[in-house]
Amino acid sequence: MSNPTETESLPRQRFQERFPLLALVIERILLSLLLLVAVSMLIFGGVEALPGDFATTYLGQSATPQAVANIRAELGLDRPVVTRYFEWLAGAVQGDFGTSWASRNSVSEQVGNRLGNSLFLAGFAAVISVPLAVGLGMLSVHFRNRMPDKIINVISLAAISLPEFFIGYLLILYFAVNFGIATFPATVYEGMGFIERLKAIALPTATLVLVVLAHMMRMTRAAILSVMSSAYMETAELKGLSAFRAIVKHAAPNALAPIINVVALNLAYLVVGVVVVEVVFVYPGMGQYMVDAVTVRDIPVVQACGLIFAAVYIFLNMLADILAIIANPRLRHPR
Amino acid sequence: MRLREIPITAWVGIIGIALACFCAAFAPLIAPYGETEVVGGVWQEADAQFFFGLDNLGRDILSRLIYGARTTLSVALAATVISFSLGILLSFIAAVSGGLIDTVFSRFNDLMMSIPTLIFALVVLAVLPQHLIVLILVMAVLDSTRVYRLGRAVALDVAVMEFVEAARLRGEGTTWIIFREILPNTLSPLLAEFGLRFAFSILFLSTLSFLGLGIQPPAADWGGMVKDNKDGIIFGISAALVPGTAIAALAICVNLVVDWLLKRTSSLKGGRGDA
Repeated sequence: MSNPTETESLPRQRFQERFPLLALVIERILLSLLLLVAVSMLIFGGVEALPGDFATTYLGQSATPQAVANIRAELGLDRPVVTRYFEWLAGAVQGDFGTSWASRNSVSEQVGNRLGNSLFLAGFAAVISVPLAVGLGMLSVHFRNRMPDKIINVISLAAISLPEFFIGYLLILYFAVNFGIATFPATVYEGMGFIERLKAIALPTATLVLVVLAHMMRMTRAAILSVMSSAYMETAELKGLSAFRAIVKHAAPNALAPIINVVALNLAYLVVGVVVVEVVFVYPGMGQYMVDAVTVRDIPVVQACGLIFAAVYIFLNMLADILAIIANPRLRHPR
Repeated sequence: MRLREIPITAWVGIIGIALACFCAAFAPLIAPYGETEVVGGVWQEADAQFFFGLDNLGRDILSRLIYGARTTLSVALAATVISFSLGILLSFIAAVSGGLIDTVFSRFNDLMMSIPTLIFALVVLAVLPQHLIVLILVMAVLDSTRVYRLGRAVALDVAVMEFVEAARLRGEGTTWIIFREILPNTLSPLLAEFGLRFAFSILFLSTLSFLGLGIQPPAADWGGMVKDNKDGIIFGISAALVPGTAIAALAICVNLVVDWLLKRTSSLKGGRGDA
């Protein structure tokens, strides 16, 4: 960078100098793609490398060697691993995940229907939980070390210790069975009205919100507190700025990046929480599909679901990083 | 440290954990009935004889809860201990060695962490045989990535201090530096992390058992008990909520103790005690 002639000669460095932000963002996206490829190798290769022969599992322990060889040939397991990996990856990129071993149906078709359902559930939970968590976090900071803060602290500590299925069944028992004001199981189907759909997913959404709310709130509180206790906030206070001005002008821009991070991190967590909640509420989503496939060892389905969940997770983390880079200029100049 | 300085919330946590450990240790002596013994009708209501009622096969829930403490606690503890040893060892080696070893370990760790733990566990358990040792190892390896991340950060802080430098110049080997210089100076934050990982292990094991992929029946296990009794919920039978409450209570107790340990650590460091 110090030698101007060298900089002139390298288009990449020139681009970085002219558009530092864009270069960083592109770099981060490329890194995520690389990560995704590595993850796909891990999911495919890991499954291959682990002990346990699918054909034997598929037929049971008492199968004859001839039958095992036949089924291996039929499923294409007798070909080299690398060939099968690239075939699988090429298919996955085009949205073709092969056929399920258990039902002999197209995996992509099932995934297509169910992914939408899962994202709808998770998205709806996010829309409710994010403003609520950030608001409660701010409230908790405002009343720091006083009664409301302490109450919020104890309740949220308890809430992060509750397993998802426990919250789910508790809600079912009270709201669906005892009071009868909610529906269970949460069935949704093609062509269902929007309002009806919302009604059906009310309880699963409430469960997901409760699961992530406490985490998100505690992290928001910590993020805001670390900003509030910094030296420049003290300066702002001492030079006589009003509390409102100090928060809007000094605290908010600095707290934005960590809060975005907290939110994205918990949205990624939401994607995982969906798995258990779907099983509890018998909701036709990706999570239930994957768990069912794992129980019957339907490997193509497991691999497809694993890759999609990992991709969503990586994408959300990437989004968090990019938003944080945009919100916080200090991150653009790594030491 | 004086006993009087322990806050009341931490006491609640300690007593809860002690109670669970007591149940686990003396299960056959305390439990009124056997682990898999059928003693009455399906989902019989709770009465004086059966404190929490009976489960989906007519087994005593209280007895299964006590035996379940054994399974749940021991598996979660074993997984946490293994994950901790693995994570700490690898992270300290990375922090002390630096260079290529550090890069390779850390990049691989990042890769492992880029797949959500539950999803990773599901993928792996779909292939591996259903066995208790396999379950413990899968939980331990997946959890050790989180330990590695913290361990490396903590060890890097200590590894640049003068006394480590002095030990290096004295000619001490890597093993000595890891176990005699760095480990004693990082114990406090690591202890809190151990509690946190243990609470997470309990929840994770329960989740896996609930999904039918953890501990296999007929052995009693809290997560599995929820799964066994979940169909009763629709008929207003709360049998599934009893083991669920036990899981939640144990996790809350561990978290209360961890919370106190974390506060103690931050006040030792002279922090402002805010966050």
